[in-house]
Amino acid sequence: MTKLTILIADDETPARNRLRDLLGDMAEITIMAEAQNGKEAVELAVQHTPDLILMDIRMPLMDGIEAAQHLQQLPVPPKLIFTTAYDAYAIKAFELNAIDYLLKPIRQERLETALGKVRALLPAQIESLKPLQPIRTHLSIHERGRVILVPLSDVIYFRAEQKYVTVRTAQREFLIEDSLTQLELEFGDHLLRMHRNCLVAKHFIAGFEKRTITHDDAQTEQQWVAILKGVPETIAVSRRQQHLIKTI
Amino acid sequence: MSVVAIVSLEMVLTNLTFSVLSPFFAPDFVPDMTRACLLAGIVTAIVLYYFNLQQRAYSPAIAEARLQALQARIRPHFLFNSINAVLSLIRSQPKRAESALEDMADLFRVLMADNRDLVPLADEIALCRQYLSLEKLRLEDRLRVNWQIEQVPPDAMIPPLIMQPLLENAVYHGIEPLPDGGEITITITRKHEDILITISNPFSADKDRHHGNKMALKNIKERLLLHFDLEASLKSEVKNNHYLVHIRVPHR
Repeated sequence: MTKLTILIADDETPARNRLRDLLGDMAEITIMAEAQNGKEAVELAVQHTPDLILMDIRMPLMDGIEAAQHLQQLPVPPKLIFTTAYDAYAIKAFELNAIDYLLKPIRQERLETALGKVRALLPAQIESLKPLQPIRTHLSIHERGRVILVPLSDVIYFRAEQKYVTVRTAQREFLIEDSLTQLELEFGDHLLRMHRNCLVAKHFIAGFEKRTITHDDAQTEQQWVAILKGVPETIAVSRRQQHLIKTI
Repeated sequence: MSVVAIVSLEMVLTNLTFSVLSPFFAPDFVPDMTRACLLAGIVTAIVLYYFNLQQRAYSPAIAEARLQALQARIRPHFLFNSINAVLSLIRSQPKRAESALEDMADLFRVLMADNRDLVPLADEIALCRQYLSLEKLRLEDRLRVNWQIEQVPPDAMIPPLIMQPLLENAVYHGIEPLPDGGEITITITRKHEDILITISNPFSADKDRHHGNKMALKNIKERLLLHFDLEASLKSEVKNNHYLVHIRVPHR
């Protein structure tokens, strides 16, 4: 029998200690790493590729439900068992969708049984968890085999190119495969559509300015642009969206 | 119990009134004058009935019942997480586990007690300290507590469990969402004939978590009203990225 490799994710030290104690009493188990929030769990999982993550639900920065959604996109997603002290909605979703979970305080026997029958989450099960965390706090970006978690609060704008969407942060650009429409649906509260192919984060808009643009045929045109905090480029505001200028 | 009875009685009566009288409202059935009189009569009856209901609602017996119904409830989340934290201590730090269980026993004794009478402010403060030390077990350095108590009259009386639920909210909404935690400040001062209590915690703009907080505030507000009427108040505000709850109770 090969050893089962496990990652523990919980923001409370006593809860992690307790799991470590319980797992320490069991044979054929290696604890590879411990994460204190969902973001760390995803990053450590990419680094250590554990067989299984014991994942708390309520954690700061990124909760366990969102972490599960990001993990699902890995080439070989780890198996998951959620742990929670009390979360009526989540427990209901787990039960309805046959997702493994353990209630804290966790009993040795229950943990052994759970580890014995642990299964990988199916895409449908992940889909069923989305209502519990409808708005992600991070975007997971896959780049040459790496996974980068970009906090949504760092995103200045999304710009649709032909096949991809460019994500702009103060530091650099990323490419993602989500569509602009999906992004607007999910993060619409924080974003403004400046024109057909660009969504800008409201809190990065420094102001608007009227610019004169010279076309190739030497004709000039007045156009509104949005000035952004943190990046030098400006974003054109389409005629249809000019009413937004007044609302800010 | 009796509140529920009155409310259901009221619903039955209202339904009955409408179902019995509705045929008379058909326009061709009754002349205009009669219809107006009938309507006025019904309105009067309803208004009288409402006042009667109100009076009964504020009578001492009903107030007692309401107080009982408004008993503060602790989050199950806290109970199970605390038990889990104590379990984690038993092997490595049995002494700490012992004192944590003692704190829990004290806390739950008060939570399960009949909390209709006022208690000394000092008792509530002691209870809050026990509660916070349990939370500190779980959250460790993420939870920092700053007590600022000045000139509190030793004989001041407040309704039990006025501060503890607010601290519970401060931990749940203000501290737990922060990876590095934050500070809760409790200020208790005396101003003229009033005792002022302020609880402050870092504010996180997480929308879906505020429902539970509103419930607790409403509950405490109502208990203050039943005990002190207009002499007490509860206000909350967001200031400099902090969430503050101010309580004013009379010192008497």
